[in-house]
Amino acid sequence: MNHEKSITEIKILQGNEAVVEGALAAGCRYFAGYPITPATEIAELMSERLPPLGGVFMQMEDEIASICATIGAAFGGALACTASSGPGISLMQEGIGYAAETEAPIVVVNVMRGGPSTGMPTAAGQQDIIQARAGSHGDYEIIALMPSSSQEAFELTYRAFALAQHYRVPVYVLSDEIIGHTREKVRIPGGLRPIERKHPRERENYLPYKAGADDLLDGMPAFNEGYRLLIDGQLHSEDGNRAGHLPDVCAQLTERLCRKITGHREEIYDLETHFLDDAERVVVCFGSPARPALRAVKDARDRGVRAGYMKIRTIWPFPEEAIAALAGKARTLIVPELNVGRVVQEVRRVTAGRTEVVSLPKLGGLLHTPDEILAELMKRRRP
Amino acid sequence: MNPIGEKYLRKKALPFLWCPGCGNGTILGATVRAIESLGIREDVALVGGIGCSGWIPVYIDADTLHSLHGRTLPFATGLKMSNPKRKVIVFTGDGDCLGIGGNHFIHTARRNLDITVIMVNNQIYGMTGGQVAPTTPLKAKTKTSFYGNPEDPFDACELAKVAGATYVARWTAAHALSLSRSIAEAITHEGFAFIEVIAQCPTQAGRIIYGTADPARLLDTLKAQTVSVKSASKLDAEALQGKWLIGTLHHDKGKTEFSRSYFGMAGPRGGKPAA
Ligand SMILES: Cc1ncc(C[n+]2csc(CCOP(=O)(O)OP(=O)(O)O)c2C)c(N)n1
Ligand code: SF4
Ligand SMILES: [Mg+2]
Repeated sequence: MNHEKSITEIKILQGNEAVVEGALAAGCRYFAGYPITPATEIAELMSERLPPLGGVFMQMEDEIASICATIGAAFGGALACTASSGPGISLMQEGIGYAAETEAPIVVVNVMRGGPSTGMPTAAGQQDIIQARAGSHGDYEIIALMPSSSQEAFELTYRAFALAQHYRVPVYVLSDEIIGHTREKVRIPGGLRPIERKHPRERENYLPYKAGADDLLDGMPAFNEGYRLLIDGQLHSEDGNRAGHLPDVCAQLTERLCRKITGHREEIYDLETHFLDDAERVVVCFGSPARPALRAVKDARDRGVRAGYMKIRTIWPFPEEAIAALAGKARTLIVPELNVGRVVQEVRRVTAGRTEVVSLPKLGGLLHTPDEILAELMKRRRP
Repeated sequence: MNPIGEKYLRKKALPFLWCPGCGNGTILGATVRAIESLGIREDVALVGGIGCSGWIPVYIDADTLHSLHGRTLPFATGLKMSNPKRKVIVFTGDGDCLGIGGNHFIHTARRNLDITVIMVNNQIYGMTGGQVAPTTPLKAKTKTSFYGNPEDPFDACELAKVAGATYVARWTAAHALSLSRSIAEAITHEGFAFIEVIAQCPTQAGRIIYGTADPARLLDTLKAQTVSVKSASKLDAEALQGKWLIGTLHHDKGKTEFSRSYFGMAGPRGGKPAA
C-alpha cells in the first residue's frame, strides 16, 4: 500500500517516533520486536501504525526470534525492521551475521543505553558502535547511521531502508536514549516515495549470489516468485549451494561481503560540516554529542578560535578519506563520544599521527555540555 | 534416480551429506511425495534448521532457507506473515526444535501459526557426533552422558499439544507412506501442525544407544517400539510402557489460525494482508 503524502508535514516527535515515521515512509511493512528501554516506544507505535497499512507487527518471544523473523520477512518480500537496545541487540548478533552472510536487507535500530550487561537502562551511551560493526562472529561489513536529532532519526531511518535494499546488507540505525526520548520538530517532506525492491534483471539461469563488477547482487527476488532460491548461512557458491569444500569460493565471498560496503564507502558517506575552510581545531562528532558540539564550535568562533565542525551521520563504513583530508588542514581533532573513547581510535588510525587527536569521552549517561567541549577547544589554543 | 527424485531434487546440492541408511532420506522422499500430491511446489517455502535433519529442504529444489541452529520457527514466522498464502514447511532436529529452539517452539505453537513442522527425532545430536539431546532416553550413554543420561526426555507431541498446536502426529521412518499422507494432511491443515518422526541414526544413536549401526535392525527396533493410536485404546498402561504412540494424536479444526486472527483484527483493510 502506498503511504505517500504529497504535502510537507511538521510534527513534534521524539526520536523513537521519528524512526517509526521514517520506516513507514520508506515502506516498512514488517516489524518484529521485544520490549526494552529505551527502544520500546518504537514497538508500541509500530503495533498501532502497521496493521491499518496492511503491515505486520509481532511481539516475539525474545530478540533472537525478532531478528530471525525480520530476516524471514525480508526473504518473504517485505521491507522489514526490528528495534532494541543493549541486551536485546547482543542477543541478535547471530542473526545479524546471518543477514550479512545471506545478504538480507534489514534495518536494525539500536537505541543505545550505557554500560555493559543491563547497564543503565534509562540513560544514554554510545558504547555499541564497535559492536555494530563487528558484533557477530566472522568477517563481514555492515552500514551504520547515527542520528543526532528527531529530524535525522526520521531521515536516516528512511535512508537505512534504501541502503539495505541497494547494498543488500543489514543497516543499523544507532540512536541513543537522548535522541530516542527528545521531542522536537520534524519536517516530513511531501512526496517521499517508498523504497522499491529491485527485481533481478535476469530470470533465466538466475544465480542468487552472482555479483556484478560492483560487487553487488542483481536485485532481490522474494520466495515464491518462481526462482527456487536457496538461502544458506553457509559460505556458498553463486547458486547458493554450500562451498565449504571450495576454499577459493569461500575466500572470495568473504572478501566481497566486506568490499561491497567498504568499496562503496564514498557513495555511502553522509557528513555535515561547518566552518571547515579556516578551521584549525575541528570537533569530529556523531549522534547526540553532535548537539553540544555545534554550540561549542560556534561559541569558540565567537571567541576568536578557528573552530570547525564535522558531524558523521554514517559511522560505518568509516569516512576515512574525509577525516584524512582534515588531518592535512586542521591541527587538532577533538572527538567527543559517550564511551571510553572508541571512534577516536579510528580517527587516530586514519590520521596516522599527522595531527593531534584529542579524545573526549563521557560516561555515566550524561551528555557533554557545550562548555566541556568549548573548554577543550579553548585549552590548547595556539597562537 | 526415480522420476519424482529427478523432478524434485536440487541436483547441485548433491551428493547427500547423510550417512548410508540414515532416516533423513526417507523423510525427504515422504515430503516430496506430499508436495507432489498437493501440487504446491511453487507455493512452498522450506526452512531447515542446523543439524543433519536441517539439510532435508536443501535437497529439495524449491524456495529454501537453511537457517540457524534452533531458529527455524522465527524465520518461518517472518516468511509466513509476510505472505500468508505461502505454505511454510519446517525441518528441524530434536535438539534444534526442543533444545536450543524450545522457546520458539512453544510460542509458535501457542500462536497456532499456519505452518507445518517436521521434527526428526533421532534421540541424539547427530551432526555434532552423538551428544545427549532433550529426547535421549534416561540412562542412555552418549558422548556427553558418559555415565548415562541423568535426565528424562521430552515427549515432543505432548508438549506441542499443550502449547497449542492444532495438528499433532507421530510416525517413524519405518512408516514412509503414512508419513507422506500425514505431511499432506498437515500442510492442508490451517494452523500449527507438528509431526514428530522417529528416525534411525545408524552412525550416532544406532552405535551409541542401540548398539548397532545396521539400519534394518534399527528400523525393526523402531517398529517394535510403536503402537498405533487405534490399537493403543485396547491396551493397558503396562502394555504401553516404553512404546511410541503413532498416528494422528490431535487434530483441532476449531481454533483460529494466527494470521487470520491477526489480519482479522487489523484495521480498515478488513483483514487483508498487504499485497
Ligand atoms: C548456536 C549454535 N550452537 C551449536 C551449534 C552446533 N550444532 C550444529 S548441529 C547441532 C546439533 C544438532 O542436533 P539435532 O538438532 O538433534 O539435529 P540432528 O543432527 O540430530 O539431525 C549442534 C549443537 C550451532 N550450529 N549453532
Ligand atoms: S549422523 Fe545420524 S542423523 Fe546424521 S546423517 Fe549420519 S545417520 Fe543420519
Ligand atoms: Mg537429533
